[in-house]
Amino acid sequence: MINIKSVSKSFGMKQVLKDITLNIEPGEFTTLVGPNGSGKTTLLRIIATLLRPNSGQVTIAGLDLNTRSHAVRQLLGVVSHHTLLYDNLTAYENLLFYARLYSIKDYANRISLVLDKVDLTGSKDILVRTFSHGMQQRLSIARAILHNPRVILFDEPHTGLDQNNSVRLDQILQSTSTSGNTVLMITHDIKHALALSDKIAVLHKGEVVYQGSTTQLSFDEFAHKYHEIINV
Amino acid sequence: MYNNNQYTKTSQYWLAVRTIIWKDLSIEMRKKTLVSALLIFSVMVTLVFTFALDLDKSTKDNVAVGVLWVTFVFSSTLGLNQTFANEKNQNSLEGMLLSPIDYTAIFVGKFISTYIFVIIVEIIVIPMFYILYGIPLFSPLFILIVLLGSFGYTLVGTLLASIATRTRAREIMLPILLLPVAMPIIIASVQCSNAILSGAHWGQFSNAFNLVIVYDIIFLGVAIMTFDYLIQE
Repeated sequence: MINIKSVSKSFGMKQVLKDITLNIEPGEFTTLVGPNGSGKTTLLRIIATLLRPNSGQVTIAGLDLNTRSHAVRQLLGVVSHHTLLYDNLTAYENLLFYARLYSIKDYANRISLVLDKVDLTGSKDILVRTFSHGMQQRLSIARAILHNPRVILFDEPHTGLDQNNSVRLDQILQSTSTSGNTVLMITHDIKHALALSDKIAVLHKGEVVYQGSTTQLSFDEFAHKYHEIINV
Repeated sequence: MYNNNQYTKTSQYWLAVRTIIWKDLSIEMRKKTLVSALLIFSVMVTLVFTFALDLDKSTKDNVAVGVLWVTFVFSSTLGLNQTFANEKNQNSLEGMLLSPIDYTAIFVGKFISTYIFVIIVEIIVIPMFYILYGIPLFSPLFILIVLLGSFGYTLVGTLLASIATRTRAREIMLPILLLPVAMPIIIASVQCSNAILSGAHWGQFSNAFNLVIVYDIIFLGVAIMTFDYLIQE
């Protein structure tokens, strides 16, 4: 579904991504872990069409990001650590805004469906600026899945959430994955990464230094391996 | 995934434009900060000039148009500074960039909503000028040149605001970039306004009037052609 082939990216003299190659199969939940500054967000922004790589190719569902970015954006839902919501609009108005940008015709039904999914139906007419961080993050997920994308990208979705909201978010993440969507999540929280994903990859100093299935991989085993990798 | 084939490319484009305008107007109607700031600024400038230039009737007639355009230019610049700054502050511009719309729709939407705010200010400032300066400003040709001049200024301002918003000193950067580029349309608009109000015939100001129109058309083309590249990282 997502094919990343020899992607490199530099900002000025600083090379952030070095010859990254990664394949994510349809319906797979993949997590990319790595310490701060390893290039995770840059790679996600390239996949989300917000940045262009200096070299290499990324295709999503066979569509090249360089030439078919409009079509690719229709396939993508992105949950960033910024909510991408407007504080002075209500939850419903925020979703209506995005529904129109995505040209969703039966937007009323779709908005009510996604609000229900993230348990915010009762708060739909409340201004987003009064929402807690957890509620804003859930609404951000509703925004990202509003157009029923085939690929969902999550950038550090657990950042700043308390225990309750974190558990709630895990349930939503699991449900998006079991609905057949291809999910790519980036995080530095290896506990969440192992619990939620089918495949895990480690990005360190701009390179994919490990990738493998999470089945039969215990937290202790992976944590040991991860710390060994990033401390080299 | 949603199939949006029922929309033509053109209808999707204008739906995006209308949506961005609706969003900007809804937020402003709720916050009321931008239009209030523009209005307070415009009223203050007008009053300061009125009392600072305690002039006789004929001198007032000569300076009034200049003062009017200074008010429009400065208040528009204040509004233009907020065009993309609010999106940047809330990181919501990225939300629009992630959607499958033509990026020029973002420009057109932001431009039209800013132009609406500028027109609201002009609707209030022009009668105020009439009262304070006693100059009949309600001629259709004068209103037309005010609309065309503001159109060009807001157009270039929206384009440059999209660049300035990515810089660290964006509030200072916009006037530095905008005023030299907009100088031709400001001068031509002031010349036209003066000529119209002094009862000059068409031949005396047709060059300046044509310059305003040509400027508007050229920068509309430039903005549509370049915005896609300016807005992306």
